[in-house]
Amino acid sequence: MKKIFNLLKLGWTILSKPAVHLSLGFLTISGFIAGVIFWGGFNTAMELTNTEEFCTSCHEMRDNPFMELQTTIHYSNRSGVRAICSDCHVPHNWTDKIARKMQASKEVCGMIFGTIDTREKFEAHRLQLAQNEWTRLKANDSLECRNCHQFDSMDFTRQSKRAAAQHSSALANGEKTCIDCHKGIAHKLPNMEGVREGTSPH
Amino acid sequence: MKNTFINKVSTFCMTAVLAASSIVLPSTVSAETVMDDAPQVATLRGTAPMNVEVTPPIIDKVENNDLKRKRDYPQQPPTIPHDISKYQLDKNFNKCMDCHARKFADESQAPAVSVTHYMNRDGEFLGEVSPRRYFCTQCHVHQLESEPLVENEFVDMNKLIQQSHARDKN
Repeated sequence: MKKIFNLLKLGWTILSKPAVHLSLGFLTISGFIAGVIFWGGFNTAMELTNTEEFCTSCHEMRDNPFMELQTTIHYSNRSGVRAICSDCHVPHNWTDKIARKMQASKEVCGMIFGTIDTREKFEAHRLQLAQNEWTRLKANDSLECRNCHQFDSMDFTRQSKRAAAQHSSALANGEKTCIDCHKGIAHKLPNMEGVREGTSPH
Repeated sequence: MKNTFINKVSTFCMTAVLAASSIVLPSTVSAETVMDDAPQVATLRGTAPMNVEVTPPIIDKVENNDLKRKRDYPQQPPTIPHDISKYQLDKNFNKCMDCHARKFADESQAPAVSVTHYMNRDGEFLGEVSPRRYFCTQCHVHQLESEPLVENEFVDMNKLIQQSHARDKN
């Protein structure tokens, strides 16, 4: 115990004294460069966890949500613009992104313990998983949808009558947000009994 | 030994009949000429041989005008006047009912499905859509903006009644 204390004391004495041999300029510049490298490295590593390759490196994601995404308009469409996992599931704003990444550490636990490692387990958890995302998107006013789908750029005359009617009323006055109506657009919906009565068989 | 002989004779007869028919048939039934007619309904490949890749026709636009079509007879399930591509309709979820359920008619302004959809086969009313009516597209279909492949010769009930009245007068 005393040894550790002595070691800590030694460390503090070194840190608290001004540098004898190294110039202030050297320390400042090297500190700055080290900071840039550390910060850049941190963000690059985090961006790597935002790639589709990373997300689909687990068979849980590759075989279930990613397979379902491929039949939808967010993967295959006439203009070839597409969304990858993180476009919808990770906030673009830095602080929100960090918060989401910390939450995702729980998902790493799920991966290690095999919470959804079979199709059956995935189906059993599908409602809960979907509800997590609906709650998140409801709370942030469908921010991830709006990163691409700008309300101000929507031309109602180019929409179908039904779409224009809903978008110009409920969406425009903030009564509803994207996710309220557009559930299950990128992945299959679970049995919605208890969520939206009348849309699922008993 | 005798059996083998009979077998041989019958095989010979069969072969003879088949050979004869193959000579006679092309001249009597004009199967070839039917196959060569340009628009075929039976197969969208037309008359293209099996080993030839044909260019598929352009996919027609789905009617999406939200206008009710006339029903040709009282029991006809109304057609779907809008696009339903990628609508989920499986044992988990029915996208149609997301708007057409009775309880969502106010927010969606979509026609609520009729009360018959809530009846079981004994005519009893259920709280939810009857399982036998659950899969909407078994009866209700969307329409394409395309030319019909065959002429529709359907005569509706009103016309039949008119015709019979006209006959009675004469």
